[in-house]
Amino acid sequence: MAPEPYLGPETHTPVRHHILSVLVENKAGVLARVAGLFARRGFNIYSLAVAPAELHERFSRITIVVDAESAPLEQIVGQLYKLVNVVDISDLAPSDAVERELLLATIPTNVDSRTGLLDVIGEANAAIVDVDAHHVTVMLAGTPHGCDAFEKALESYEGVELHRTGRVALPRLGTPPESEKDPE
Amino acid sequence: MQLTGAQALIKSLEQEGVEVIFGLPGGAILPVYDPIIDSSIRHVLVRHEQGAGHMAEGYALATGRPGVAMVTSGPGATNIVTPIANAHMDSTPLVVITGQVATAAIGTDAFQECDITGITMGITKHNFLIQSAQEIPRAVAAAFHLATTGRPGPVLIDVPKDVTQSMMDWWYPSSIDELDLPGYRPEVPLDADAINEAVTLINAAERPVLYVGGGALKSRAERELLAFAERTKMPVVTTLMARGAFPDSHEQHLGMPGMHGMYAAVTAIQKCDLLISLGARFDDRVTGKVSAFAPHAKVIHVDIDRAEFNKVRESQVTIQSNVTAAVSALDAAGATPQNLEVWWKEIRTWQERYPLAYDEPSDDGLLRPQRVIEEILAASAPGTIVASGVGQHQMWASQYWKFEEPGTWVNSGGAGTMGFGVPAAIGAKAGRPDKTVWCIDGDGCFQMTAQELVTARAEGIPIKVAILNNAYLGMVRQWQEMFYEERYSEVYLNADLPDYVKWAEAMGCVGLRARTMDEMKDVIRQANEINDVPVVIDFRTDSSEKVFPMVAAGASNDDIMVHPSLRGEN
Repeated sequence: MAPEPYLGPETHTPVRHHILSVLVENKAGVLARVAGLFARRGFNIYSLAVAPAELHERFSRITIVVDAESAPLEQIVGQLYKLVNVVDISDLAPSDAVERELLLATIPTNVDSRTGLLDVIGEANAAIVDVDAHHVTVMLAGTPHGCDAFEKALESYEGVELHRTGRVALPRLGTPPESEKDPE
Repeated sequence: MQLTGAQALIKSLEQEGVEVIFGLPGGAILPVYDPIIDSSIRHVLVRHEQGAGHMAEGYALATGRPGVAMVTSGPGATNIVTPIANAHMDSTPLVVITGQVATAAIGTDAFQECDITGITMGITKHNFLIQSAQEIPRAVAAAFHLATTGRPGPVLIDVPKDVTQSMMDWWYPSSIDELDLPGYRPEVPLDADAINEAVTLINAAERPVLYVGGGALKSRAERELLAFAERTKMPVVTTLMARGAFPDSHEQHLGMPGMHGMYAAVTAIQKCDLLISLGARFDDRVTGKVSAFAPHAKVIHVDIDRAEFNKVRESQVTIQSNVTAAVSALDAAGATPQNLEVWWKEIRTWQERYPLAYDEPSDDGLLRPQRVIEEILAASAPGTIVASGVGQHQMWASQYWKFEEPGTWVNSGGAGTMGFGVPAAIGAKAGRPDKTVWCIDGDGCFQMTAQELVTARAEGIPIKVAILNNAYLGMVRQWQEMFYEERYSEVYLNADLPDYVKWAEAMGCVGLRARTMDEMKDVIRQANEINDVPVVIDFRTDSSEKVFPMVAAGASNDDIMVHPSLRGEN
């Protein structure tokens, strides 16, 4: 009997995830180098976001949420540093980070369902950013968990088109220095 | 000064002190071949691009300088992928230049186009696709800097044809600050705390082993290693990649560890209480079953590449450093283990009880491959360079040759590339024309790259090739005999097909053959008298001969199998 095709895990976030903020040279092929490294070493990426870095067009910042179960973080960081185009890596444990992500969803709607939908949107603190007679497009900029919850809440609606950006993160202010923290 | 991109490329190689390029021209690299005519750099015209890559590797391994290869786009580039992967596995410094279709044609599936930077992304230390002629000097200087510093490795430069044909204003980077490598930090300052922790562990050790890997050769640590080992009296093992880093004749040297390592070397690691890894990477061919590897040992791991730490084996102390600096620091700090007399006594009993062994020649007269290597060694001057392919003959060469100095063992370790031997020997001889270079090869390996002997003859590179011809893909045959119930599947090659003597002669070499002990001695003597053309000797060896000791794949090193003649005592 043929094995079932891979359907993926039911939850989005791995049990132990970690955030790597990787400053790279803004050169052709750098994203392929980073993605290729993860693929050939068997490191799992949960989400990945790329954008020009602050200060300079010379650099870009890649925010990678890695599955820390798939490989020791030390290995992932050590291998990343070997990419010549990688300039700097800061790794953030979820507890030390402020993580945010953007969700956009277009939901088919009609007069009957609109009130209920507005409640769901209101509860999630999402904003309506576009409307026509048969749809609303909503935006939620929130924590990954908030986005997960909102996505779940939208599951009961048919024909939803939903996109998420993958998260970005910054160190939480007032995080104690590395030496004073418990190891994971 | 205005130059074409092609002229700038060759001039840049001259700036880097390149003395020889191994290569083969073709459409996309054509412009670069024109200024070679006027350059001081020697070009060795190979018969297949794989040969160019392995020659560059052999050159690098024998000289310590980066090897340079140049090929055209498309199939020229893909043919050199195997050597690049091989160099990547063995951290060999290479600079490979590939032609590329014109920039406007990239991405259009043009004739002889292939995405070689994409293909080699995972098997180079770094690669460049040059966008303009003005960038060429910086890319070349950066390529040499990257290839030779930190953990060395292959770097590829892909140059589109229109780039080499366009004009540029000549310049050359005067310092590494001009290389535009903001993320590249090959060396970090030595961590004094880590050194102190290592000293504490060494001082407490009663059964230490110095586990020396290829990094010791890469950082030319032989003097510091010898001084440290002699002062501390610690036993030394050298991995397949480190042969020559510590003299085989030295009484503290236990030889090679691993799957086909010396019994004493393997067992000393299994029983040690402190394993000091110097530029080694706990390869599976060394560790066997990782969970059973050196089970009582604390580990000090010295490596220039931090990604090696705790990759395979958890270590108690990590020192990110080249081997030379780390060993010097440990020695200067006075690290001294406990009295090692008991430890040495134990090691000596293993050495006496389980030396290397093979049976005397059988009645049918076929030669023992081990004996052939011993005879060549006995007839060779000190400092003779030995290259090999991959398989049984490689293991026997590593076991039976005596390596006394760096740069004398030219071998494909991590990748295990059959066919490496002949071209690598040619590259080694091109770099060290003063040395005798023997390629100890198998009949299977020889058939993969033998055509480069045409190159050797044409270019006046007189290597000597000893084919240990057992008519089989011997290592596979050994595994089928031992682990597949003697079901020999697709391993028989036929000792007479091809006729190696005629083949050698057709390639302009001297071809010799030996079937008996007397003939063996005679052909080795003849080969050593010929110094103007390559020599190929077809040694007919016994196919039933197996490599021992052996640890079966995935087994614990405690279950090492010695030669049958040594078994049955315990």
